[in-house]
Amino acid sequence: MSNSPKTLFDKVWDSHVVRQIADGPDVFFIDRHFIHEVTSPVAFLGLEQRGVGVLFPEKTFATADHNTPTINQHLPVEDPLSANQLLQLEKNTGKYGISHWGLGNPKNGIVHVVGPENGITLPGMTIVCGDSHTSTHGAFGAIAFGIGTSEVEMVLSSQCIMQPKPLKMRINVNGQLGKGVTPKDVALYIISKLSTSGATGYFVEYAGDVFENMSMEGRMTVCNLSIEMGARGGLIAPDQTTFDYIHGRELAPKGLEWDKQLAYWKTLKTDAGSVFDKEITFLASDIEPMITYGTNPGMGMGISRNIPQAKDLEGGASSYAKSLDYMGFEENDSMIGKKVDYVFIGSCTNGRIEDFRAFASIVKGRKKADHVTAWVVPGSHVVEAQIHEEGIYDILTEAGFALRQPGCSACLAMNDDKIPAGKYAVSTSNRNFEGRQGPGSRTLLASPLVAAAAAITGVVTDPRQFL
Amino acid sequence: MAYDSFKVLRSSAVPLPIENVDTDQIIPARFLKATERKGFGDNLFRDWRYDKNDQPKSDFILNNPTYSGKILVGGKNFGSGSSREHAAWAIYDYGFRCVVSSFFADIFRGNSINVGILPVQVSPEFLHQIFTEIEKDPKAELEVSLPEQTITIVSTGASESFQINGYKKHNLLNGFDDIDYLQAMKDEIATFALNR
Repeated sequence: MSNSPKTLFDKVWDSHVVRQIADGPDVFFIDRHFIHEVTSPVAFLGLEQRGVGVLFPEKTFATADHNTPTINQHLPVEDPLSANQLLQLEKNTGKYGISHWGLGNPKNGIVHVVGPENGITLPGMTIVCGDSHTSTHGAFGAIAFGIGTSEVEMVLSSQCIMQPKPLKMRINVNGQLGKGVTPKDVALYIISKLSTSGATGYFVEYAGDVFENMSMEGRMTVCNLSIEMGARGGLIAPDQTTFDYIHGRELAPKGLEWDKQLAYWKTLKTDAGSVFDKEITFLASDIEPMITYGTNPGMGMGISRNIPQAKDLEGGASSYAKSLDYMGFEENDSMIGKKVDYVFIGSCTNGRIEDFRAFASIVKGRKKADHVTAWVVPGSHVVEAQIHEEGIYDILTEAGFALRQPGCSACLAMNDDKIPAGKYAVSTSNRNFEGRQGPGSRTLLASPLVAAAAAITGVVTDPRQFL
Repeated sequence: MAYDSFKVLRSSAVPLPIENVDTDQIIPARFLKATERKGFGDNLFRDWRYDKNDQPKSDFILNNPTYSGKILVGGKNFGSGSSREHAAWAIYDYGFRCVVSSFFADIFRGNSINVGILPVQVSPEFLHQIFTEIEKDPKAELEVSLPEQTITIVSTGASESFQINGYKKHNLLNGFDDIDYLQAMKDEIATFALNR
């Protein structure tokens, strides 16, 4: 057995199984655990009620992001419920000796942005968080996925969860991406082909030259969206791009430890001849800038196309009609030219420096459309600082955009950043579910380039005309 | 925490024949601000159930007194999206103990079992039969037997078996949870961590 070819996923998974339960899940060891204010308080309460402690507090890292305001972070948080969750996080992490990057801390930001940027996320690790977009960290060749609060309590108390091993899928995208086609478009394209449940039960490995040629930021965007096709997570084999990104980051290994880890990381690739339960291949040249028109991330299409007809899709016509009705769209509509009220750039999907560079590349020297409200929200203070250092801040300001402070913001609208009922928002985030960005809000998911083009023109616009 | 054990449940059911019911619909993010696990049932399907003035929408199934029961029957890909366990808490707190669908999202399925809700995955054909029976008779009962791993439409006798692994089945039958199991093997875990 030991000589048979193994996938990257198998190598990492198998080395973390503490115990295999017959006709049951694996007892699965977790290297890194991220927590935030929303999905952790009940887990800590559970520890109290059971009278158990935190087994390895040094393996858990806390940041506040989900409900935090994105303006005036130096002032007390106004919403009492949010303030209480933030206070509980501070108290709970303090009590158990867990590192906590709360509001105002220079390392604070969205959990899936700050983990990698501080060198906490490393290849070959198992990483969980009570947040489905934990799949982001798979970009480093880690097995990373979202968990529920019961499992947060498991990790705190025993550093393990109980997980059946998922099936394996490989998604290959080969060739050269066209002008204006970003990692977000690649992900939305794949999801539109697989649907929101097409990868349920699987863990995905992304392979092919498109991913090999992608930056770490881009790989994080792609892996982040794995959950939107139902996959528990997605990962990409670490390579020189990965190692260069990690090297020198604060909590990354140094000196001899770096050399030792690097040697291990270089073994983390799928062996030739490995078998996947499912394998799918796409051509990069088939992908154009994408936009969604419905109420789940699988309802996306190339921006120049028309909304599909229900009869051309498999699945329930009534659910499809309900979705288009919510959006106020009709079959065969073109998305180009539809009025946009709000533009949101940010989130764990597209809140990294590369995303703001892309956004700035289009708004530079142009002006925001008067009727568009734009929320430009960096993923972390580190990203915010880069935006200033690289002159992006000045470009944004000259074009009429204000920069907000880091947090999840309008992606899930737990704070005040809510899209009003009936309004249309082009968002670089990850979910266009009904009411996701505020009750009654209508979300069009897209890349930072599409968001920038919409912000300038005030309508859905193909960004390629600006490039 | 340990929960009520689940053995055999016979109940009428509430039909929700919509596909891709995501956890943002089950419980919108703005209701995730509690620091204790209570009261989530009040906000189950909040934006489908209440209008913007917090008045019940008469056309939503939970506001129709004709339909009730401890079993929720949903369309394909139930529970997609966010990992929020609050979705499972809301369903449990409202009074459901079993969710039936032809397909479940992964994280939701796991969260459900972890809080004591039994997710029962049936074939699309059987799901259709259930919806049809409830349409004919809103009080039509379903019987879900965990020991037998079967779900039966009582009026027609139509029955199908469902999958659950032996470990989780044992837990649910006895009201045990994973944390109890993991606590009992802490030494083994500590040794594993040391040798990594």
